Amino acid sequence: MRKLLWGLPLLAALALILLLGRGLELDPREVDSPLVGKPAPDFASVRLDSGAATTLEALRGEVTLLNVWASWCVACMQEHPLLNDLSRSGQVRIVGLNYKDAQADATRWLARHGDPYAWSVVDRDGRIGIDYGVYGVPETFVLDRAGVIRAKRIGPITPDYLSQQLLPLVAELQAEPTRP
Amino acid sequence: MGGFGLGAAGHLALAFAFVLAAVQALAGGLGLWRRNAALVALASQAAVASFVVIACAFALLTVAFVQHDFSVLYVANHSNLGLPLAYRIAAVWGGHEGSLLLWALMLAGWNLAVAATLRSRALDVSAGVLATMGAVGFGFLWFMLGTSNPFERHFPAPADGRDLNPLLQDPGLIFHPPMLYMGYVGFSVAFAFAVTALLQGRLDAAWVRWVRPWTNAAWVFLTLGIALGSWWAYNELGWGGWWFWDPVENASFMPWLVGTALIHSLAVTEKRGQLAHWSLLLAIAAFSLSLLGTFLVRSGVLVSVHAFASDPARGVFILAFFAATVGISLTLFAARAHRIQLAAEPLRLASKEGLLLLNNLLLTVAAASVLLGTLYPLLVDSLGLPKPSVGPPWFNATFVPLTVPLLVLCALGFFVPWRRWQAAPLKRHLPGLLVAAALLAGLLSFISRGGHGPLALFALACGALTLLAALWSLVRRIRLRQGLPRGWLGMTIAHAGLGVFALGVGLVSTADIERDIALAPGESVTLAGFEWRLLELDVVDGPNYRADRGTLQVRREGELLATLYPEKRLYHSQPNNPMTESAVDVGILRDLYVSLGEPLGAQRWSLRVYYKPFIRWVWGGSVLMALGGLLALTDRRYYSRRRVPLAAAAAPARAG
Amino acid sequence: MRALLILLLAGWLGLAGAQEVDPDRMRKLSEELRCLVCQNQSIADSQAPLAEDLRAELERLMREGYSDAEIREWMVARYGDFVLYRPPFNPRTYALWLGPLLLLLLGGALIVRLLRQPPATPPAPVDEARLRALLDEPEGAEPTPDPDSKEPRR
Repeated sequence: MRKLLWGLPLLAALALILLLGRGLELDPREVDSPLVGKPAPDFASVRLDSGAATTLEALRGEVTLLNVWASWCVACMQEHPLLNDLSRSGQVRIVGLNYKDAQADATRWLARHGDPYAWSVVDRDGRIGIDYGVYGVPETFVLDRAGVIRAKRIGPITPDYLSQQLLPLVAELQAEPTRP
Repeated sequence: MGGFGLGAAGHLALAFAFVLAAVQALAGGLGLWRRNAALVALASQAAVASFVVIACAFALLTVAFVQHDFSVLYVANHSNLGLPLAYRIAAVWGGHEGSLLLWALMLAGWNLAVAATLRSRALDVSAGVLATMGAVGFGFLWFMLGTSNPFERHFPAPADGRDLNPLLQDPGLIFHPPMLYMGYVGFSVAFAFAVTALLQGRLDAAWVRWVRPWTNAAWVFLTLGIALGSWWAYNELGWGGWWFWDPVENASFMPWLVGTALIHSLAVTEKRGQLAHWSLLLAIAAFSLSLLGTFLVRSGVLVSVHAFASDPARGVFILAFFAATVGISLTLFAARAHRIQLAAEPLRLASKEGLLLLNNLLLTVAAASVLLGTLYPLLVDSLGLPKPSVGPPWFNATFVPLTVPLLVLCALGFFVPWRRWQAAPLKRHLPGLLVAAALLAGLLSFISRGGHGPLALFALACGALTLLAALWSLVRRIRLRQGLPRGWLGMTIAHAGLGVFALGVGLVSTADIERDIALAPGESVTLAGFEWRLLELDVVDGPNYRADRGTLQVRREGELLATLYPEKRLYHSQPNNPMTESAVDVGILRDLYVSLGEPLGAQRWSLRVYYKPFIRWVWGGSVLMALGGLLALTDRRYYSRRRVPLAAAAAPARAG
Repeated sequence: MRALLILLLAGWLGLAGAQEVDPDRMRKLSEELRCLVCQNQSIADSQAPLAEDLRAELERLMREGYSDAEIREWMVARYGDFVLYRPPFNPRTYALWLGPLLLLLLGGALIVRLLRQPPATPPAPVDEARLRALLDEPEGAEPTPDPDSKEPRR
């Protein structure tokens, strides 16, 4: 018992070191979204291309990636080629959420870098973004057929993330029977 | 000397210092084992040489900055042609690699100082201390050369550099990091003494006499460093805060708390021979937490407002260094500490040493709580659960209940003698002091216009009690002509400083007022009885920036108190990152603080104005604490060659 | 105390359907909410665009009569517990909120043990000669190896 007492500081320090070592593998900036597993928040806005009214309803019925992007967002450029490829492959529908952007800038940006989106929803003042808990562009939500958010990616999609996590999840969701 | 030569010479110097540190560690260790005076002398010479070499490396990097030698990568990343000379020199420690070089220089400095004073000490103590200091230096230089070489070169050299982070272009930067690092690194000396005591399995009163001034010195630097950092953040970040409970601040605060505990625990060990093991543990903890701070700041494990390029590879290295330091020293502690027996009477709670024991309990729990709060998000995250945030509300709720009792203990300490509590001095002095403290707290609350509730007033009264107890003891001691040994005087001044600090914290955090307002030139707003009028807006050019500048006048009852010039600066090197340069009218009783927000169009600007009562007391109190510590370490008894009564043989001490 | 008053006042204003947002209430609330973009600033302090948007949202919610607790819930629903600088008291934070108290009790228990315990050995006479040697050694003198230091005394 006494022996243990002398060794207590050492044990405490070892626990601390283990914790710090684990900490090196974690990203302190990544915040789990409380929205995962919940129905996606509804919105009413317009489409970037046509200006036609659109709501969440349009996203239902098909597994969808909702990708938050903006023409001013530098990191979006990183994932954009991947999104273009993914869209061309037809594996999953991608819908854009054009976050706090000017229409002309956004349209020009898509013309220049390619448009992987089935359509883009306009979020000029960022209110939809707030309902979705967006805090860093780009962000990507995976919605199942019922419109429930099943995963959220903060930051650009990387090839690793795409092949190891995103696509398997999409395949799994697409295989799910349609819920009433 | 060309660019290549300069960088290469610096790199070479560091490599040489690395070898010298190894020599010092090995010679010291062997010297201890074989009791060989020649080896110990060699270790001592290596300490001198490594200081010279590292000082050369530091000078070389400074020259590289002064001469705009952009072939050195670090210079190119942290300076440019437009950077004023003073900031070019301070930029030497403005980034990760350079600040490590400063760390190394300070470590070498402490090492040199220890080596110089150890000459006349016993062989085994010298050997152990030199070996430990050498080993620490070795590990540190390894880390630096391995992951963070400030002399790395790149070709071709760019025509211009990237500039120093504008946030760091402030006089605060020139002094804050050196002070802080002096404190961090200074604890390595107490650490080395503790390791030596454990290696020998012996700790005596002489050991305590040696460790105390070194601990004090490190603590003084750390105190000033933290205070300067707080002052800098207040001036530079532009949101009027002086302490944010940010992980980086906590990283410096934990060693401070433990160092403070160590100072008090050493006092008990010296005077009464008690708490020796505890002092050893604290000496190890103070330095370990300094290293932990370095890890937290630079590994990117936690999110902080403070800019530091973080890099997980560095993280792994520092963690390994930390693990080695802590692992070895605490293993030694587990294996050897029980062998150390100091002749001591049992400790009685109702005595000065009893109060100091409680003080240590509170300070250690406070430090552990700061650690808990800082790392808790990481802990939850590592369990795979969504992490919470632990912010100022939690820290304040935890910290205040732990520290307010400290103030009371401190005030009581002035009237409770060593060995055994006596009722007479307490009965005589305490009632008057309590009344005076209550009056002072009420008066200050009134001046600050806080409208404080009973709990806040109680906390303020505790701060006032500490201050008054210290002052009253001083007056009495002078009146009774008991003499003023520097140790006692320093202790008293430091505790008066604590009282001033506590009052400042209590008042500014409860009675400050802050408003977001929008003004166009000619408009005014009234806040806290002051009328703030925006006179004009113009554009001014600095040496390496252009700024929007507002001119504000602050009046009370028509009388002009201050004209303030807050700025929004755009540094040429970072045109997308505006810097807020707040303007402050400084006063003993209150600061008036204003910072420019955003242009709202049509000549209107959003502004943030603050009324900060007694904020100067926060830093004033800190400076008093540091001053007291400095005075105490010059006490004659640490340097006297006369025989002085020591712990076990001490006569019953008188009440102060 | 002040917080309570403000709360009461805010509730009363809400009932009265007042349109004005109390700056003190706004300040108090936004100070305890974390800005996610810059991550270590509160929404009150941050100048990030998202923080500005969120301040506007908070003002809107206040005008619509939401209570502080409801507003916090609104934020948590979107960003998780991470936005709360004052972590809620739940199973995930028991150790956080109770940790300091437990440490204090543990330390207190250790102290009680220490006070009750008689010293393991009776006070031994101090080795005055050694102390004198250590403290008063003349400058430059060759230190004498300590005979008892190889085998530490008990």
